[in-house]
Amino acid sequence: MKLRYVAAAAALAGILGTVGAIAADNPIETRKGVMKSIGAAIKATAPMVKGEAEYDAVKAELAMRVVANGAAAAPHLFPAGSETGGDTEASPKIWEDMAGFKAKADTFAADANAAVASAAGGLDAFKGGFMKLTGNCKDCHEAFRIKKQ
Amino acid sequence: MIRRLVIAILGLALLGGAGFWFLTNPALLPPPALPDAYQPDLANGEYVFYAGGCSSCHAAPGAKGEAKKLLVGGLSLKTDFGTFHVPNITPDPNTGIGGWSAADFVTAMTRGVSPAGEHYYPAFPYTSYQRMKVADLIDLKAFLDTLPAATSEVPAHELGFPFNIRRGLGLWKLVYLDGRPFEPDARLGEVANRGAYLVSGPGHCSECHSPRDPLGGIDRGRAFSGAPSPEGDGRVPNITPDPTGIGDWSEKDIVDALKTGFTPEFDSFGGSMVAVQENMAHLSDTDLAAIAAYLKSLPAIPSAPAPAAAQGG
Repeated sequence: MKLRYVAAAAALAGILGTVGAIAADNPIETRKGVMKSIGAAIKATAPMVKGEAEYDAVKAELAMRVVANGAAAAPHLFPAGSETGGDTEASPKIWEDMAGFKAKADTFAADANAAVASAAGGLDAFKGGFMKLTGNCKDCHEAFRIKKQ
Repeated sequence: MIRRLVIAILGLALLGGAGFWFLTNPALLPPPALPDAYQPDLANGEYVFYAGGCSSCHAAPGAKGEAKKLLVGGLSLKTDFGTFHVPNITPDPNTGIGGWSAADFVTAMTRGVSPAGEHYYPAFPYTSYQRMKVADLIDLKAFLDTLPAATSEVPAHELGFPFNIRRGLGLWKLVYLDGRPFEPDARLGEVANRGAYLVSGPGHCSECHSPRDPLGGIDRGRAFSGAPSPEGDGRVPNITPDPTGIGDWSEKDIVDALKTGFTPEFDSFGGSMVAVQENMAHLSDTDLAAIAAYLKSLPAIPSAPAPAAAQGG
């Protein structure tokens, strides 16, 4: 049992390490990819929450884990030097108020982890976790994203 | 000879001055007539408050939740013409609009003229609000009067010459303010016309989603095709049914986006559209569907290519 935890932890460390390495290489492309994967995970789950698709706890949990991983990576995807270029839509306010930005990222990560945990509790429990989580998207984009097209 | 020339020039200057004075008279375009006896409908006033999104500009910057109903102003709008400071429209009688009559409010909203008889700058989007029904405006004023009052002094606008001459706005209005109420389009059905009213009147969507000409008037031929952000960096999206706009969105997608703040691809709204969306979410499903039907009926216009300097690299 303990061994499985160790293996899982090692795998997770590997993923985070990879994200870190890619982020260091090309943070703008990396964060765009992370944002897209979060959007895709929300898109895959929303029909279940809206009652347009049957609830699937495994699918919901998996999607929320994608979001949670993205949320955990988020504070590391905006290093100094990645303020401009590559059509980035990141607002300069991120670097002007890094503490405020990281506080929002922390809330996002906490809500994402709660959404992961809520998936096993059935659709009603998941709805609560999902709605709280998705409020983070526009909350952060309101302050820290500038639409370019 | 020289004396006659001087007299002629002086005469012309006088005539020009008189012409300017006449054409820039804030009372030139009479306000719409008010009904004789009218009992304001507060519930409708609240609804119009959300349709118009008053709090998006008039609440204190960064306000959330109930604080959005305290319309103390203070937001700064940095534009090409200078910086505008959004005023207090709480019922405070001194620094807000508590002392205004319904007629004062209707004149401000539809003619851009203050109770003191001065022009307002079109950063206050009266070019859209002139299309609103008088009953909706009176209801809205009655609702605003029920909101909390607060005292706040907002700085004067910071504008360079010649934009700092308020009287000159009379000339701008000759071109951009026709004073006509909303007229349904016979080519559209009842539903899309209701959407057209909400979009072009209270919703004032085209104020940000349309490009402007060098004088700051909306480029009607390219309405809703997206524009540089009035806040400087970035762009406001094209919302016409063009592929560069929202051509691949269904009417349901538009309704869902206005309700939830998510695009069909589950990107979220951001920037100032978040506050707009959170107000629009108060509208009925019927009205959101009407807005969607109207947006889908617009001519498809491709977005203007981004200027080279704005492209990343």
